[in-house]
Amino acid sequence: MCDLDEGSNEDSMGRDSVKRISSKCMKCKESPALLIIRVGDAFCRNCFKEYFVHKFRAMLGKNRLVFPGEKVLLAVSGGPSSSSLLFQVQEGLSHKASKKLRFVPGIVHIEEGAACGKTLEERTKIVADLKSIFSTSGFPFVIVYLEEVFSLPSSVLQSIFSLPTEKDDLYKDAVAGFMQSCHTSVKKNLCHETVAQETTLTEDHTHASLLSTHAHANETSISAFRGKFPFSPEQTEAVEKLFASMKTLTAKEEMLQTLRKHLILYTARIKGYSKVMMGDSCTRLAVKLLANICLGRGAFLAMDTGFSDPRHGDITIIRPMREYSAKEIAFYNKLFGVPSVFTAGLNTKAPEKASIQHLTESFIVKLQADFPSTVSTIYRTSEKLNPRYSQTPADDKGTETCLLCSCVLGIELRDEASAFRAISISEELSQSKKPEGGQVSSSTMEECCAENKMETLESSGCSCQSRERRNTTPDFWSLLCYSCKLVVKDMTSLDLLPEYILEEANRRQRRTQIKREIQEYLLTSEDDADTAP
Amino acid sequence: MKMAAPISIHLEFGGGAELLFDGVKTHHVTLPSQSEPWDVKQLLEWIKANLLKERPELFIQGTTVRPGILVLINDADWELMGELDYKLQDQDNIVFISTLHGG
Repeated sequence: MCDLDEGSNEDSMGRDSVKRISSKCMKCKESPALLIIRVGDAFCRNCFKEYFVHKFRAMLGKNRLVFPGEKVLLAVSGGPSSSSLLFQVQEGLSHKASKKLRFVPGIVHIEEGAACGKTLEERTKIVADLKSIFSTSGFPFVIVYLEEVFSLPSSVLQSIFSLPTEKDDLYKDAVAGFMQSCHTSVKKNLCHETVAQETTLTEDHTHASLLSTHAHANETSISAFRGKFPFSPEQTEAVEKLFASMKTLTAKEEMLQTLRKHLILYTARIKGYSKVMMGDSCTRLAVKLLANICLGRGAFLAMDTGFSDPRHGDITIIRPMREYSAKEIAFYNKLFGVPSVFTAGLNTKAPEKASIQHLTESFIVKLQADFPSTVSTIYRTSEKLNPRYSQTPADDKGTETCLLCSCVLGIELRDEASAFRAISISEELSQSKKPEGGQVSSSTMEECCAENKMETLESSGCSCQSRERRNTTPDFWSLLCYSCKLVVKDMTSLDLLPEYILEEANRRQRRTQIKREIQEYLLTSEDDADTAP
Repeated sequence: MKMAAPISIHLEFGGGAELLFDGVKTHHVTLPSQSEPWDVKQLLEWIKANLLKERPELFIQGTTVRPGILVLINDADWELMGELDYKLQDQDNIVFISTLHGG
C-alpha cells in the first residue's frame, strides 16, 4: 500500500507528460499510435490487436485448465467484455488462427429483464439481437430466462467433488493424446472435421424450456405464452415480487448474481459442460474485490476474483478476460467491430450511492482517471491472495458449504478473536431478549420430524415441513455464510425465495438434525469437530 | 478577424451512453461558426446544452467527461490528441463509449 502512494505521485506527473501528442507506436515504432493503455504505452492498431489476442491465448495457456476437446460454456451477457470473449474464442477456433484453440464452446445467455422491470417487447428485441450475434458464431447457444429459476431442482446447490489428481501430468497427457489423434487421421482435415462434428452447428431449440424435463411449471395458465417464452406470467410476477421484497439495491444485485450463477451452473450440468468462462474484466474484478470486502466476503476473495473458481466441484468457473481493463476491451470492440448488445441492468442510471457495488465502481473509476495504475494495482494484489484454509472440501460430507454461494462455512469461526465472533455474540445477546415466537414453531417442527423419522430417513421426511417452516429458525441462518445472511435478511419474507433454495435448506437442516441425533453412534475416527452447529 | 466556417461533426454514443440521448447512437451535427476554432471542451458544453436529454452528471463532470467514458477522435484515443484541447476539424468523428457497464 505504501507503494501505491509513491506510485501515484509519479503517475500524476507522468500523466502531464503523456498528454503530449505522441506519434509512434512504442512497439513497432513505425505506425502512428492509436491508443494508450496502462500508464503510458501507446500502441498502433496492428500491434494492439496482436497484444490483445496474445494476452488471451497466454491466459489460457498459462493456467492449463482447459483441456483439448473439453466442452466449455461461455456465459455471454451481451455486454462488451463477454462479447469480446466470444469474439476471441471465435477467432481462436477459426481455421486461420495459428495454433488453434482446442476446446468445444457453447453459449448461454441469462435474460434478466424480469428483475429490471423491462417490458416483454424490450426483452424480445434484446433476445433477438443477441440471437443473431450467437448464430453467426456457429456455436450452440441457449437463452435462459430468469423466471426459470422457479423450476430449478434443489440439486443445483450441491457441489460434486471427485478425487484430486495431478493436474499438470493430466494436461500434458491430454494434449499429447489429442495431437496424436489428429495426426493419425488420414488427412489433417479429418481432425478439424471431428472437432466440428462435436460442436453441433445448428441452433439449440431456444424456445423450448430448458428445464422442461423438471416440469414444475403450472400447465393451465400459460397457453398464450407457451409459444413464445418458456415461462409463465406468474413466474415473472414471482421474480418481481422477490426483488421487490428486498429493500436495498445492494441485496438485489447480490441476489441477482447468485440466481444467475445457479442458472448457468444448471445449464452447464445438464448440457454436459465441465467449464464455464465468464467475461469479467480487470476493472470489473477490481470493483468486485473491494465491494466484496465491504459485503463481508473477504474470506472468499481468492475464489470470487481469481482466475478459476473451483467451489462447485464438477464445474470450474474461469475468467480469461481478467487481465483486460475495460478501456482495452472497449477499444478493441470499437476498432475491430465486435458486436455487443447493451442491456440496462439493475443499477443503470442509479444515483452514485444507490448500492455498495455501484459506489465502489464509481470510486475506483474516478480514482483510475487520475491514477491510471489503480486497477492494475488492485489486480496484482488480488493475485497474491491465497486462501488460508482449504476452500474446497475434499469430500462433500466433511465441511459444510453456504446454501447460496457454496463457499465453505465456518471459516470465520476458526479464529478465536475474529470480528465475526464479536458480531454473532452481540446478535445472540440482543435476540435473547425478544419474545420467542420463532422458537415455538421450531420446536413443533422438531417434534413432527421426530415422529416421522422412524418411518422415512432421507427423502420425503415430514410432510408438514415445506409448508409450515418458513420461519427464521436459527438453523436456517447457520446454513448461510455471513454475506448471504445479510442478503437474505434484507428480504421481507423468506417464502419468496425460489422453491429449490427452500427445499435444499430443509434437506440440509434435516440432515444436521439427524446427524446430531445419531452422533453418539458414529465411529469416532470421523472428524466432525468443526461442523457441529 | 477570420470567422471559422461552421463545421460538421459526426458523433457516436455507445456502451450505454446512448441512454442519455434518447437511445440515439449516431448524431450528425453542425457546429455554428465562431471566431476561435472549436475544441473538445467547447464541444462538450455544446452537447450538454443541445443534445443531452437527461442526467447531465452521468455524462459530464465539471468541464470534462465523467470518468469511465472513453473518447475516441477519429478512431484514436483522445489522450493522444490532446484531450480537451484538441481542435476540431470538419468531418471529424467523435465517439463516446461508456465503460461503466461491464458485461
